[in-house]
Amino acid sequence: MSAVLEVRDITVRFGGVTAVEGVSLKVESGALVGFIGPNGAGKTTLMRAITGTVTPQNGQVHLSGREITAWPVHRRIRAGLALAQQIVQPLKAMTLAENVALAAGARKTRNPLKALLQTNRMPELARARELLALVGIGDAAEARPGTLPLGYLKRLEVARALALRPKLLLLDEPLAGLNQSEAQALADLIRKLADAGQTILLIEHNLREVLRICPTIYVQDNGRPLAFGAAQEVMADPKVRQAYLGGQA
Amino acid sequence: MAYEITLLTTMAISVLFALSLNFITGFCGQISLGHAAFLGTGAYTGAMLAKAGVPFLLTLPAAAAMAATLGVLVGLASLRVRHDFLAITTMGVGFLFLGLVRQQDFLGGELGIAGIPATGLGKIGFMALCIALAAAFVAFSLYVRRTWMGYVFESIADNEDVSRVLGIDVARYKLAAFIIGTAVAGVSGALYAHHFRFIGPDSFGFVESISVLAMVIVGGIGSVWGVAAAAAVLSVLPLWFQVIDDYKLLLYSALLFGMMRFAPDGVAGLLRNLLRRRKAVTP
Repeated sequence: MSAVLEVRDITVRFGGVTAVEGVSLKVESGALVGFIGPNGAGKTTLMRAITGTVTPQNGQVHLSGREITAWPVHRRIRAGLALAQQIVQPLKAMTLAENVALAAGARKTRNPLKALLQTNRMPELARARELLALVGIGDAAEARPGTLPLGYLKRLEVARALALRPKLLLLDEPLAGLNQSEAQALADLIRKLADAGQTILLIEHNLREVLRICPTIYVQDNGRPLAFGAAQEVMADPKVRQAYLGGQA
Repeated sequence: MAYEITLLTTMAISVLFALSLNFITGFCGQISLGHAAFLGTGAYTGAMLAKAGVPFLLTLPAAAAMAATLGVLVGLASLRVRHDFLAITTMGVGFLFLGLVRQQDFLGGELGIAGIPATGLGKIGFMALCIALAAAFVAFSLYVRRTWMGYVFESIADNEDVSRVLGIDVARYKLAAFIIGTAVAGVSGALYAHHFRFIGPDSFGFVESISVLAMVIVGGIGSVWGVAAAAAVLSVLPLWFQVIDDYKLLLYSALLFGMMRFAPDGVAGLLRNLLRRRKAVTP
């Protein structure tokens, strides 16, 4: 197996506050890694350093062996990253299918001049409908996001990310805000994607679902790596228990 | 007859100019409060070249190139600012343009440039050319909306952070919109100069920038037909009614305010709603 994502010794500071310090992390091809940590552990900051919205003071990010630390967001996406964001951001004027088709047409949107010469959206819309059906919201393909519940929009984020055919799928708290049955269904889907070979890094607060679906877990606390390994072993680690439960574990 | 020709020519030039702003503001979502600077750049380029003896038809691409060059510079400077900051930046560009032109003797300073030579096409020929160019840009705008470029513009206008996360090079697309929009504004400027055969800095000031924005907003931001219709009507009203000409700034500003407050999607949006309601009533 080879590493799809390799984060080396990343440090991010905001003014005087160190959000992430000396974090290294490897996600192997085909892996489903659950990324957990208490509030304020620096999970989102590390995610942003990977996607490129935050510039680390130190360290490197490698995607499939290429260093991408200094690349802008869109270039990282084109190199094989995809992100489903915690706060859903649908394109409001478009239908769900159009939202996904835009991502599916990445080849056509690479260059503005080429994009000016292409009008056919049919293959991308067909692919979009497939993906929406895959994530379980095929019934809403022609609806606009404004009227839909959060459960649909969370799945739209996943479908849109998948449309990019990413080497690494980053999921930022996809289960947050969903009820128990919705969360379970989406977690099952994530597991299904992983079983089909998709490499996934899943940031999530819902410990129960993470432990249920992720074979490997990475724990971060106070901006530092705390543990990495097989889920059961990591959760048995006294350091991890202490970080989660506080006081003496 | 000569009066009608003048009206139609003015109309066509306004439609072309308004659609050029619609390309940047309506399609790509980048607000501009200084679009008259590009009309002015085209007008001065066209006028200077014509006076230097360059054939009229050659002044058009030159005006486009000059305005687009300025457009790229403004576009590059604008990449880092958004929304209200972009509005202020572009407004600054408009004033900068005026300030520069006013100080240059070779551009005629405050007095402007008079005696711009005739086009050689005759009044009717020139009118036909203006209408043809406006119609061509209507067709091009409608085409772009169907392309993947239009698709991307829509996403940038909606939420450029999302566009980035979908792998879109937002900066390149914004620059493309600026280049096309300002080049066409430059062509409108050269036509303007040859139509009135006199230009001065006052023709390209803040009032002109607001007027063209009013046309885009009244027509319906992004709606090609709406903007074209609004530009056609609003451009000739001051010619028909002296009182409108006298109170142009007041009237256009009131229109702008009223539309933003009560019908942000413009006349096109109002019509769409009306049609939808009709359909709902008679299924």
